[in-house]
Amino acid sequence: MKVLMTEYLRIDLDSENWECRVCDHVIGPARGNYKEGLLVYNRDPADIHPSIIDPEKYRFTFCPDREWVNIYEFYCPSCGTQVEVEYTFPNHMPLYDMEVDIDALKEQWSHREEILEPVKGPNILVDRCHTHKH
Amino acid sequence: MNNETNNSALQDQELIEKFLKDTTLFLGPDPEIMRDHRIMPRTPEEEKAMEAFTDLNQIASIRDRLQSACEEGFEMVEQMGAAPGAKWGDIITGIYSASGDLTIGSAGGVLIFSALVHHPIKFIIKNWIDEKTVGVSAGDGFIHNDSRYGNVHNTDQSMILPVFHEGKLVCWVASTVHEGECGAIEPGGMPSMAETSFDEGLKMSPFKVVENYEIKRDLLTFLQNSVREPKLQYEDMKVKLFACMRLEKRIKEVLSTDGPEALTACLRYTNESVVTEVRRRISEWPDMTVRTQTIMDSTLRENALLKVNLAVIKKGDRLIFDFSGTSPELTNRAINTQLPGMKGMVGQAFMNHIWPDLPRGQAGLSPVEFVTQPGTLVDCSYSAPNSQSLMSIFHSFTVAQHACAKFLYSCPDKYTRVLAPWHNMINTFIWGGVNQHGETLGNLCADLNGMGGGARMDRDGEHALSPIFATMADIGEQEMNEEEVPFLQLVSKKMTANTQAPGKYRGGMGYTMIAATKDSEQWGFMTTTQGSKVPTIQGLFGGYAGGSYPLCKVQGVDVYEVLLENPQLFKHSIHEIMNEQPFPDARYTTHHMGMGFDISKRGELYMISQGSGGGYGDPLERDPLYVIMDIEEGLISPEWAKKLYKVEFNETTLVVDNEATEKLRAEYREQRKKQGVPYAEFVKTQVKDHPPENIPFYGAWNGDNEVIYAGSLDDKRDAQNPGPIYVTHPKDVRIAELEAKLAAARKDAGLPPENERK
Repeated sequence: MKVLMTEYLRIDLDSENWECRVCDHVIGPARGNYKEGLLVYNRDPADIHPSIIDPEKYRFTFCPDREWVNIYEFYCPSCGTQVEVEYTFPNHMPLYDMEVDIDALKEQWSHREEILEPVKGPNILVDRCHTHKH
Repeated sequence: MNNETNNSALQDQELIEKFLKDTTLFLGPDPEIMRDHRIMPRTPEEEKAMEAFTDLNQIASIRDRLQSACEEGFEMVEQMGAAPGAKWGDIITGIYSASGDLTIGSAGGVLIFSALVHHPIKFIIKNWIDEKTVGVSAGDGFIHNDSRYGNVHNTDQSMILPVFHEGKLVCWVASTVHEGECGAIEPGGMPSMAETSFDEGLKMSPFKVVENYEIKRDLLTFLQNSVREPKLQYEDMKVKLFACMRLEKRIKEVLSTDGPEALTACLRYTNESVVTEVRRRISEWPDMTVRTQTIMDSTLRENALLKVNLAVIKKGDRLIFDFSGTSPELTNRAINTQLPGMKGMVGQAFMNHIWPDLPRGQAGLSPVEFVTQPGTLVDCSYSAPNSQSLMSIFHSFTVAQHACAKFLYSCPDKYTRVLAPWHNMINTFIWGGVNQHGETLGNLCADLNGMGGGARMDRDGEHALSPIFATMADIGEQEMNEEEVPFLQLVSKKMTANTQAPGKYRGGMGYTMIAATKDSEQWGFMTTTQGSKVPTIQGLFGGYAGGSYPLCKVQGVDVYEVLLENPQLFKHSIHEIMNEQPFPDARYTTHHMGMGFDISKRGELYMISQGSGGGYGDPLERDPLYVIMDIEEGLISPEWAKKLYKVEFNETTLVVDNEATEKLRAEYREQRKKQGVPYAEFVKTQVKDHPPENIPFYGAWNGDNEVIYAGSLDDKRDAQNPGPIYVTHPKDVRIAELEAKLAAARKDAGLPPENERK
């Protein structure tokens, strides 16, 4: 049985591994830190959050200060999917963000049916694809 | 030891306790009350009532009537209240058990207000009921705002009424409003300049201000003299009192139809059943530890890096929020919070975004356990200033929301969508001074309620939807505000382009506000948020946070004259005004968002933007049609859309080239595989064993939560007892810098040091 843990990660309870949900790549032991099986990139904030006002003229520009924050991106080494992003202090250790008790997870799911698509929960009908113009 | 000796010892003990009670010189904040967020133990009266009333339909019926009463009270306060916070929904009404536990809060409004009022009610129960100089009787009303007795910060004022039936206390009702003005060193109620608790204005421990349902005029006059808005103080005290009286009336209707025991059974059953249901829901989560953090980049006086650190440990039906590693409190900065404020905001995360279907009471958080170190940002001492506690509690909300999303994803039963963190700062103008009618005012724009929503697991976040601390709050009608305040928002509610948090689903965005004073020479503004250098939230599952948000000023211009004489010069966005600098001879500057009260001149511009909620998922998975829609709506420029989302389209027709887009995205995934390095190598080359050398850092580093840094690499402290931290006044820092420069210049010029000339 496999348990869907995040948008891009699942745990195979039988093999006790983290897997990529996009390409099925085995990332690493489920009793460990999945990030250890991923590629990491220290992203320049300016690539994501543009300076809306001219950085040549101004100190604060809407772009985060690279000296003050790092953006760690974690990629699946097989398909290149961006599994996780972490905003952190400059040169801080990446967080061990999901430390799973695998024995408890096995016990919990021994009473459940396997779920292949994530459960979304109650719906609220809002049509994002409206067409009127302002 | 015989019985006689036993009795004698007991009598001695009682005598000592009575002596100590009778001779207590100061009834200060009570840790026994303040550190306990759980519902009280079942009382004999509740036990008896629950045995007598077991009909769940009757209990549900009473609960619905009480809920309706809370909505009615909410509506009254919103319609009649004078404070901007009251008019736009930063209010709440609630019903509390005889022991003081919040059982039902109004569906709209700021739940954390009500969820903290149980502390002052329990203080009243413990200290004033049997106190011969105070006492608690029907028709009494108690006022309260001091966070050290249970509140977010002292700009929020509560009115608390006991409800009696045939001479016996059966429950309590309360109403709370973000009043704004509270007589602090800066107008508007949230002074970031406060360096001690004595700079924060009115500090009302719970005291009786109403007898026989009438406000005591002598006390009212004292309170009015203590704040900048004396009329508002009176009006809103009356409004809250009348809302409480309406709640009391509705409760008495229940008492007349169902009797006091049924009411007691309903209140107790509701809270106990919520506790049971919460434990069941926690059990459904996977057993694991989730770790997250957020970054504070400012004390609101100066930029600094402060950590809010959280590990959430879930095991069976236990859920533990461990804030170890969080920054120590700053002894002379206002961003600290009392422990209940942090807990209340975590409760707000649960009741707004995780389990909104549960009754909005105190019981939802009751089973959750907390680990904090006293003397930290999230559990500050009673002497620390906390008028800007919003900074600490909003970060507490975000780390809670971020961590819980990781627990929720795998659950077969969900009660809301999994979503990325909401924007968490009150990007708005706080204002004060003398208005165009000659009245002294101090308050804020309700734009603080326009925070961008986090993206959800299947759709984008909503723009400027609501604050993290309230439901169904409004951002206000600017034209209505302008009747009372002497400034205009020349640009308002226009989305700030290119500020979205990217993701498969992007965060809901914020809007631009450009304000300029017009009709007063005694008027000024404050801004009080973090996030000008570092985003204050996280994204989720591969999505990004929103960007950072500066304060922009244009001085040396009267824009109203420009609009009269050269209207074509005026531009309607921050980037046009700042980049094009259209007003000759004006000064254009940027600042962090911790602007202390700043006297404004007619026609000078203050420009800020609300923030974006977090993004969800890998941006390369974003539907290209959604990217185009954002371009069409002016939310993102075509250039940035291509860069962020790797979408190919015709810039004239905006028709997507799907094949080229797929190719571009596939190439970019390959590029990621080249630019990314294996984790172990990344840690070896990028991670350092200490914080940055040249930036003040506060908190634990790399998971060692036993030691915390206190502003420099040389200042490491015991996390269990960090001790006081005094931050130098920014002007003194600047003076020292300038004096050093002056000394160096004198030396270069061959002049003696300045102090040797004396």
